Amino acid sequence: MPPPAKQPNVRVVTLTIDGRDLSAREDETIIEVCRENQIPIPSLCYLEGLSVWGACRLCLVELAGQGRLLAACSTRVTEGMQIQTNTEKLQRYRRTIVELLFAERNHVCSVCVSNGHCELQYMAQKCGVDHVRVPYRQASYPVDSSHEMFRLDHDRCILCTRCVRVCDEIEGAHTWDVMGRGTECRVITDMAQPWGESDTCTSCGKCVQVCPTGALVKQGTSVGEMVKDQHFLPILARRRHAQ
Amino acid sequence: MNLDDLADLAEQYRAIDANVEREVRVCMAASCQSSGAAPVLDALVAGLGESQPACKVKGVGCMGLCSAGPLVSIAHRDGSLEESTIYRDVTADDAADIIASLDGPPVERLRCPTDQPFFARQQKIVLENAGIIDPDSFKGYVAVGGYSALIRALSEMTPADVLREVTDSGLRGRGGGGYPTGLKWSTVAKMPATQKYVICNADEGDPGAFMDRAILESDPHRVIEGMAIAAYAIGANKAYVYVRAEYPLAVERLQTAIRKAKRSGFLGNKIGDTQFSLEVEIRLGAGAFVCGEETALMASIEGLRGQPRPRPPYPAESGLWGYPTLINNVETFANIAPIVREGGEWFASIGTERSKGTKVFALAGTITNTGLIEVPMGTSLRDIIEVIGGGIPGGKAFKAVQTGGPSGGCIPAQHLDIAVDYDSLKTLGTMMGSGGMIVMDETSSMVDVARYFMEFCMTESCGKCVPCRTGTQQMHSILDRLAKSQASRAELALLEELCEVVQATSLCGLGQTAPNPVLSTMRYFRDEYEAKLGDA
Repeated sequence: MPPPAKQPNVRVVTLTIDGRDLSAREDETIIEVCRENQIPIPSLCYLEGLSVWGACRLCLVELAGQGRLLAACSTRVTEGMQIQTNTEKLQRYRRTIVELLFAERNHVCSVCVSNGHCELQYMAQKCGVDHVRVPYRQASYPVDSSHEMFRLDHDRCILCTRCVRVCDEIEGAHTWDVMGRGTECRVITDMAQPWGESDTCTSCGKCVQVCPTGALVKQGTSVGEMVKDQHFLPILARRRHAQ
Repeated sequence: MNLDDLADLAEQYRAIDANVEREVRVCMAASCQSSGAAPVLDALVAGLGESQPACKVKGVGCMGLCSAGPLVSIAHRDGSLEESTIYRDVTADDAADIIASLDGPPVERLRCPTDQPFFARQQKIVLENAGIIDPDSFKGYVAVGGYSALIRALSEMTPADVLREVTDSGLRGRGGGGYPTGLKWSTVAKMPATQKYVICNADEGDPGAFMDRAILESDPHRVIEGMAIAAYAIGANKAYVYVRAEYPLAVERLQTAIRKAKRSGFLGNKIGDTQFSLEVEIRLGAGAFVCGEETALMASIEGLRGQPRPRPPYPAESGLWGYPTLINNVETFANIAPIVREGGEWFASIGTERSKGTKVFALAGTITNTGLIEVPMGTSLRDIIEVIGGGIPGGKAFKAVQTGGPSGGCIPAQHLDIAVDYDSLKTLGTMMGSGGMIVMDETSSMVDVARYFMEFCMTESCGKCVPCRTGTQQMHSILDRLAKSQASRAELALLEELCEVVQATSLCGLGQTAPNPVLSTMRYFRDEYEAKLGDA
């Protein structure tokens, strides 16, 4: 008789999220468990299939017995965790963070081709942001329309780096990167040259699809057409991983 | 090599200078050099020439009292610096007088009294060689007992013995966080891995802090020795010193020290004829404050953009290139050799209950004696500022002292009697930080101070996470409007709320502590904020 198959070395843990008892593999993160169980957790930089970035801070949750908040995207579950995902304090923080994002660049939904399909806009509605208390910075960056198919508008960029990660991790081109510090940060193609002159860009358009806002869009599309499709990502990521 | 061999070597090196009766030591650390120490050294060397073989002129590390530089000390054979004569504000023209006085009474007009509290009240462990040995001289370091702790660890102790001594010493990380060093070391030691790394964090960038720079400039071998002992204890064979490129003198001396240590068999393959090998490399930081944060520092060493990543996993588990990594600050490593040499218990007998040993502070701002001091943990702030620092010059009143750099806060006069240690400073809403102290007199505006630190955090934010990137920018603009008496009460309330959000939600320590200077000045000097309101 053959020996019993060796069990994989991953255990299953139980935890509570918003009072619900749940089970999860110990190599899962809180956000993965929440998404599995239809517990809404806001996030802008997290996207299934891409590496964890942990930068938008919208997915912060409270853990019983710990003063410091935890980012759901980068924290693995452990046995007996008691997590709150939507306390009054978290709601207030999320609202402020979304306000800060709106004030940072010139997000004007009425003239944005992503209006109605924008994750930032959706997040503002979800978080109850009906006005922005901090002054708009009114910084203006040039629009890069040099690519024959796509357009980059820094004024709508929230620096989530999904484009950077998808280009590096899925497409394998690493056309995108970030330059600068603080609020002077901006995404760049190659060595900060116009997108249309990039030697590495394969024009695959993955960056456009994963962009949560109207920062990366297809040229010549109307508001109704600029719907982004991100379903390809987990499938591609799994296939890349399997190779 | 065993300890006896090393003792013989030290004896040989001492014998080279056996006929030297007097040493004329010129401080060649960055501060004294910037006020003209190099011409003084040249003039003394030229003046003495070969005429007095019993008198040796040498450049040494920091003597501490930077405000009186360039400093020159005359040490008699076997005399320690404290007992020697120190001359202050020396110029090249004074060299002749100093040389003429060597056999007689000292030059009174240049004399800096060594019995003053600035010298008398210090207790030097980390800085025991600073201002005494030539930092570029390997022989000089070995002659004062250098590398004996490393050889002792390698030849007489197991890694577990070293870990026990460090744990017993109660040493806590001197970079600011105060994490127990022994615990950190044993965590990395316990990680099963084929490869481990040691990193020395010399990316000191807080405004007003220069402890790490001074240690590296004064006694680079001491830091290397500490790193080698750490590598032995945790099982690493590769170490990096991450030092900022703005410290060219420190980098140069460190390079010399690494080269000489390697040539003499204290670094490299089979150190001291044991199975232990260690390569030490220098990595230059391009001057980003965030690269002092350990995960950003590691990204920078890996050649990536210096940005932090979420922790856990901590570097002890997954650090440089995913391998277990030990990161300690310069001063932490500089404490290791004495701990191994004298034992953990000896170290634990110094300081307070929960903060052991001594701490190096950089005194800056409006204070009579600016410079570098080392005092036991638990020394009161009043002692540090009024006695050792000599108080506020110009008859002005003390207002506040800022500790911990942009992550710390301001301590007002009513708390001057607090004993300085990690925990007591935290209760005041500030922190030890790496040890910078900026003293401010009554003319300082606390809103301006908060604005200054917020500007620092804003420009040094790496831009990765939203609250730190744009929150600090908004806070700075409110503080700027406040300083110009243009802000409203509503904006002040918004500032407080932004403080809370940025503190609670930022990704790394830079953002999480960025509001501290604002919060602590608001806590103690709320009236100044109120007085600056535009609609008041």
